[in-house]
Amino acid sequence: MSTESLRIVWIYPDLLSTYGDRGNLLILAHRAAARGIPVETYEVRSDQQMPTTADVYLIGGGEDGPQAAAAQRLITDGGLHRAVNQGAAVLAICAGYQLFGHSFFAKGQKCAGLGLLDLYSDRGPTRAVGELRGDIDPRLGLPALTGFENHGGRTHLGPNATPLAKVTAGIGNGDQTEGAWAGKILGTYSHGPALARNPAIADLLLRWSTGADRLAPLDDAWAERLRGERLAAAASPA
Amino acid sequence: MTDGKLPLIAKVATTASKTAAALSRAAGRGDGSVIGGWIGLKIDPDLLAHLSSGRAVALVSGTNGKTTTTRFTAAAIGVLGRVATNSYGANMPTGHTSALAKEGHTPFAVLEVDEHYMAQVIEATRPRVVALLNLSRDQLDRAKEVAMMAQMWKTTLGQHPDIRVVANSDDPMVVWSASSSPQVTWFSAGQRWQDDSFVCPESGHPIERSGGDWWCTGCPLRRPKPQWSVEDEGVIDPRGDWHLVKLQLPGRVNIGNAATALAVAAEFGVRPIEALPRLARVTSIAGRYAQVERDGRNIRLLLAKNPASWLEAFDMAEQAPTLLSINARDPDGMDTSWLYDVDFSPLRDGRPVLITGDRAYDLAVRLQVNQVPFRHVQSFDEALASVPPGRLEVIANYTAFQDIRAELDRVN
Ligand SMILES: [Zn+2]
Repeated sequence: MSTESLRIVWIYPDLLSTYGDRGNLLILAHRAAARGIPVETYEVRSDQQMPTTADVYLIGGGEDGPQAAAAQRLITDGGLHRAVNQGAAVLAICAGYQLFGHSFFAKGQKCAGLGLLDLYSDRGPTRAVGELRGDIDPRLGLPALTGFENHGGRTHLGPNATPLAKVTAGIGNGDQTEGAWAGKILGTYSHGPALARNPAIADLLLRWSTGADRLAPLDDAWAERLRGERLAAAASPA
Repeated sequence: MTDGKLPLIAKVATTASKTAAALSRAAGRGDGSVIGGWIGLKIDPDLLAHLSSGRAVALVSGTNGKTTTTRFTAAAIGVLGRVATNSYGANMPTGHTSALAKEGHTPFAVLEVDEHYMAQVIEATRPRVVALLNLSRDQLDRAKEVAMMAQMWKTTLGQHPDIRVVANSDDPMVVWSASSSPQVTWFSAGQRWQDDSFVCPESGHPIERSGGDWWCTGCPLRRPKPQWSVEDEGVIDPRGDWHLVKLQLPGRVNIGNAATALAVAAEFGVRPIEALPRLARVTSIAGRYAQVERDGRNIRLLLAKNPASWLEAFDMAEQAPTLLSINARDPDGMDTSWLYDVDFSPLRDGRPVLITGDRAYDLAVRLQVNQVPFRHVQSFDEALASVPPGRLEVIANYTAFQDIRAELDRVN
């Protein structure tokens, strides 16, 4: 944390907020506040300059047109690149995850991405819709990933990005892996409010951005029930 | 045209459709509004076109408010003669076919149409008027993107310049859809949910808003001047006359729905002064807004299917014990992410909040983050038992609503 309070930026809610993406901002802020960490949140629209000194950046899912517009705008602005180079943590979801790579497909065209994750995305043969479950890279020390995916893309990782998880149900990147991580950047196809089902990922982002080794535990009884229900639902596909 | 002039195959199909619907009702398998049409269309694939021929048809579509607006419009056009309508919200071609077959020949038909089926139903029914209410996110896992839906409407209406379009000037996506039509009547019914129209569908530039007005910052798309609008508890007509709208249905959103119905009915020659007493008699629609007495509790049912309609439900609900029920079955969409597009803080006013439904745990986590205290109950009966006598507001999404309606003996 570079200042007195934890600063969280939600990138371009005017473009990338199709599936309850606000949830990740709300959950992160809620879990920080519950630990007594002062929080400032910023919703940065696409006609505003991207701040370079926040601690956590969140980017969500969206339709093809807005995805391409967001990528272009972020490349021109350059602020997010500076923030990441200075060590900011990132959670990138679905369309936002794709645009962190070198390139992605939108509206039938190959579009340039930010190149902040070593990966590229193209179109898959079918749309991946449904429960997604995976075993997260053990180096991150997190419990199983649970999410709901809804995307037509397939993502191919280069040597400088590591899969976030090994798929145990669903499609994910399309090659039995799901998402990617490098440094303090996490990308996932688990779309919308992914942190609702994965509070441990929220806490990882908080630990990365505060430098704290551990955080006070919270009462996650409801989140645990939700996780149990959804992990079981993914095990028995309808 | 009378039934006597229907092609033979259409007659056979109509009879089969009615019989199947009656059997389905008798067997307690719903109101028969889908199965009958399904069988009829199997026998005669053009049955909907055959049944529409000779009727003056109005179609009503949009993400929200179409069931209520359809009911209001049918009531208003009823001034002129008998109206066939799909009043149970069965809004795909099977439902339309059943509705028309069941009513026999009527001079008029008012049909609620699922957004996705507009092109197909326009081809089959050759409507005189099409009403476009709004477009917003709904059923995230399988619904077409809002922009794609708007494009589909725009293309279809451009191919049918003879149709009079009645469209909401407050929704940029709707205005853009209607822009391909040479004859549009604009109404202003407000747009509470704006998260799906921050960006211009024509140019991709941001849309600016100020007061009730909006305009694109990169192209000429902007709010057209409406001929019909809502003011206070009434509606202003194209001549500038204000009419008090008295309804039994709650909320400002229903005054907007009434304004839309008046605008559509006016295209058929019905004057507001003739239509308004009929709108005032509409009480509830397929359980929506229904009030039921049970064990000393006055239960009111509010349907909220997507973020825009949740905002409206909170606007209508009294500060009384409130039961929220969420499912994610096929008709609801399988994805519950939208829970985070809804701000539940209006419930943070001290009222007891109960939650239930297949996806109550998703809702529990959402309410925790929203700092709304709640209690989880396993069933509707448990909910009833845990609130004191008096008003109980029930807000539920589609199949959860139908479950509770079934508990209350399929209240209408
Ligand atoms: Zn524009």
